[in-house]
Amino acid sequence: MEHYIAILVKAIFIENIALMFFLGMCTFLAVSKKVDTAIGLGVAVVVVLGIAVPVNQIIYQSILSPGALDSVLGITDPKESIDLSFLSFITFIGVIAALVQILEMVLDKYFPALYQALGIFLPLITVNCAIFGAVSFMVAKNLTLGESVVYGIGSGIGWALAIVLLAGLREKMKYSDVPDGLKGLGITFITSGLMAFGFLSFGGISL
Amino acid sequence: MSSEANKVLTKPIFDNNPIALQVLGICSALAVTSSMANALVMTLAVVFVTAFSNLFISIIRNHIPSSVRIIVQMAIIASLVIVVDQVLKAFSYQLSKELAVFVGLIITNCIVMGRAEAFAMKEKPGVSFLDGIGNGLGYGFILMTVAFIRELFGFGTLFGIEILPLIQNGGWYQANGLLVLPFSSFFVIGFIIWALRQWKPEQVEKD
Repeated sequence: MEHYIAILVKAIFIENIALMFFLGMCTFLAVSKKVDTAIGLGVAVVVVLGIAVPVNQIIYQSILSPGALDSVLGITDPKESIDLSFLSFITFIGVIAALVQILEMVLDKYFPALYQALGIFLPLITVNCAIFGAVSFMVAKNLTLGESVVYGIGSGIGWALAIVLLAGLREKMKYSDVPDGLKGLGITFITSGLMAFGFLSFGGISL
Repeated sequence: MSSEANKVLTKPIFDNNPIALQVLGICSALAVTSSMANALVMTLAVVFVTAFSNLFISIIRNHIPSSVRIIVQMAIIASLVIVVDQVLKAFSYQLSKELAVFVGLIITNCIVMGRAEAFAMKEKPGVSFLDGIGNGLGYGFILMTVAFIRELFGFGTLFGIEILPLIQNGGWYQANGLLVLPFSSFFVIGFIIWALRQWKPEQVEKD
């Protein structure tokens, strides 16, 4: 149990996917003008990450990883061992796109209110590098199924936290006198830089 | 070269820069800019992928049904990225380890998708190819500038060659530790945007 809590805390604060690895930055900077929309997008990312990371973990471990298909195909000679890991990029992106599509249909049918709230954000998530990045990290860290569920949800919460915080700051910033050239994107970059600076202090926590 | 082709090629570098103005492809811009060598490899990879994905998508643009176009684009982009990744692993293993998941993340780099969707789906193959190169270079321009500043002042080197002799090595330059940390690229890009918009005031965002 402690192990899982450690992974969760690590994914949310210490290795925050937005502020430490800079993933999902395009949407992070573009859709953080209002707190409401930021919350909507944040929730969508948590849901998609919580599903996409474990699903890709199962697919990677049972089909793509080196030697995974050997027992199914009855290969015993290590020289003939099948390594499909070079296909992982195209598989992951396909799985993510399909998942988002399915999720959209399921939400539309059973949870219309949530679907209305998330609306345009769901399709946007397919090209959000946070999802793809978290899946790649899952492979790089060699997580088990249980760990990957926790890691997926944790990094989703971390990303959501970061975008909501930034949106809060940007709403307040409307009242500040920003130099012309820095308005909009420029000051947002600097604000997120300062936030990342702050999150760096979580690095001191040892788990 | 005709003037139109010239315009397509050079416009994205200063006038319509993907990072500074279109808010595309920021994730990797922040993470791989600690050294000039990394930034150069990343630039080449992105130029290659954007140019060829634009070319191929433009060639088959009249045959793609619009309902599945995202998947088709993703498949083309992902295949190109796999090629880049395999080539890097074969010829420069050390570098591919350093860039780690960020090569794979070119797939979800919004520049590639964005240009495919906004340009290649409408224009002829030749022009699309140039647009791909232009946008790749515009991305590379920011990447190399950030890497130049970070490597020169953070480590006192350029491409690993000592330019400013560090105090530790008996020189006179005290390295700026802030620029070694990944999030410093937020500040650097923020200031680049500021400089760019002072120079070209029409890019300033209205409230």
